[in-house]
Amino acid sequence: MKNPLADSHVSFLPRDSAASGILPWVIAVMVFLSGLALVGGLALHRAVGDWSTTLARVITVQIAATDPAEREFQTTAALDLLRRVPGITTVRRLDQQAIEALLEPWLGTGNVSDDLPIPTMIEVTLSGAGSVDVKALQARLTQAAPDARVDDHQQWLGQLYKLARTVQIVALAIIVLVGLTTISIVVFATRAGMAAHRRVIEVVHLVGATDAVIATEFHRTFLRVGLKGSLAGVAGVGLVLVALHLSSLNMADSFLPSLRPTLSEGLALVWLPLIAATLTMLTARITVLRTLAKMV
Amino acid sequence: MIRFENVGMRYGIGEEVLRDVSFHLEPGSFHFLTGPSGAGKSSLLKLMYFNQRPSRGLLTMFGKDVVQLTHKDLPRLRRRIGVVFQEFRLLDHMSALDNVALPLRIAGATDAQIRDHVAELLTWVGLEERMHARPPTLSGGEKQRVAIARAVIARPSLLLADEPTGNVDPEMGKRLMHLFVELNRLGTTTVIATHDMTIVEAVNAPLMKLDRGELTLAPAPRPGPPVNPLGKT
Repeated sequence: MKNPLADSHVSFLPRDSAASGILPWVIAVMVFLSGLALVGGLALHRAVGDWSTTLARVITVQIAATDPAEREFQTTAALDLLRRVPGITTVRRLDQQAIEALLEPWLGTGNVSDDLPIPTMIEVTLSGAGSVDVKALQARLTQAAPDARVDDHQQWLGQLYKLARTVQIVALAIIVLVGLTTISIVVFATRAGMAAHRRVIEVVHLVGATDAVIATEFHRTFLRVGLKGSLAGVAGVGLVLVALHLSSLNMADSFLPSLRPTLSEGLALVWLPLIAATLTMLTARITVLRTLAKMV
Repeated sequence: MIRFENVGMRYGIGEEVLRDVSFHLEPGSFHFLTGPSGAGKSSLLKLMYFNQRPSRGLLTMFGKDVVQLTHKDLPRLRRRIGVVFQEFRLLDHMSALDNVALPLRIAGATDAQIRDHVAELLTWVGLEERMHARPPTLSGGEKQRVAIARAVIARPSLLLADEPTGNVDPEMGKRLMHLFVELNRLGTTTVIATHDMTIVEAVNAPLMKLDRGELTLAPAPRPGPPVNPLGKT
């Protein structure tokens, strides 16, 4: 709606008092918290995607025959079969040293004795996720090597997805709670602003201003405050990300997800202050309209 | 224009401050409202500018039953009314010019219209040097003139003034009454609450006398229409 007061840039509300003071800082903190939750949730989403893409292209074949000769015989048969399966790009048998390195966290260095029956491990890389029917492969391998077990990491991935989903729901819940808290604070601040300017509102009402004109004046003030606070909050998130990024530079090839925001995550952060400021503005407007509707 | 029939009004559960008030104001009429302090003058004016609603009786304004009016009906009707409040009710953070311009801006007037009309009126009430001053820096009399200018700037159909000459010298009082009489001649129905009987005598308009919430009507001191106290037309 066109606000007649806006034509001459004259506001009937004192510019510095309707929503000044602590409110911009509260909004900044709220946006900071929801920004961190948002970036964390998005980074986790990306990391799970990266892990699952990598793991979906790798399967492991384990041959656990106890007799070394039999194990070796079945290993040769399995390697031979795997190299002929379409959709498989590389087949690599892990050597004894690599297997012992995998066992080190549990058994310690140099504690693997020669008589310990260690299964053979074959790492198989697929040309793409789902390029090989794992169940059919398992059936064919069982014929060639009865003790061969195919592990496509689905159980581990399933648990990872579950954990990631839980963390993402928590992040979303944080954003929703922060949003609701911000709305409540803006409602209180708007009511306080209206109470502080009750005399002004009465006069403006008595000279014929509609509720919409008065609400527009308030929502402009709160839009300004919301933008100021939320830009400060997003700047805070940016600083935290830079600090985390710098401190994780030395963690080469880390299992942790990269903390450098991608373009889409950056865009989400750009939207955050706009959403927060719009939420602040709309909350103020609705509060003013509802309060005025109760006045004479 | 305005019709009161056995109107009573009370604040909350207190005693009635207005009792069985009945009168009818024709469009373009001019009346003074007098009575001792606490007689109910301000309450009667509040009913007329839709700040309060009657507790009983029938009150019609501009042909509409006030009790039937919805919240959304009020802004349009209030734009037809100019009010001079006893305590001025100016907006302290705005200049005198912007205070006077407020009704025009609310009504959607252009900047050019606002500049011309407001400056002219402020000059007429002797405030050309004080246009950009804010109310806290104005004297009581200056504030009163700004409040009057704000009430009349949009040429209202109804002008309600509560002690509009209480803080100005007699000469400025006459000048302001001249403004009210001229506005009335242009068709504005005018009701002025005052204690100043010399002004009543000079203007020669009918009287509404309030005493302990009860209203009696008295004719103008002399036959004939309201007179311009400056003696010119």
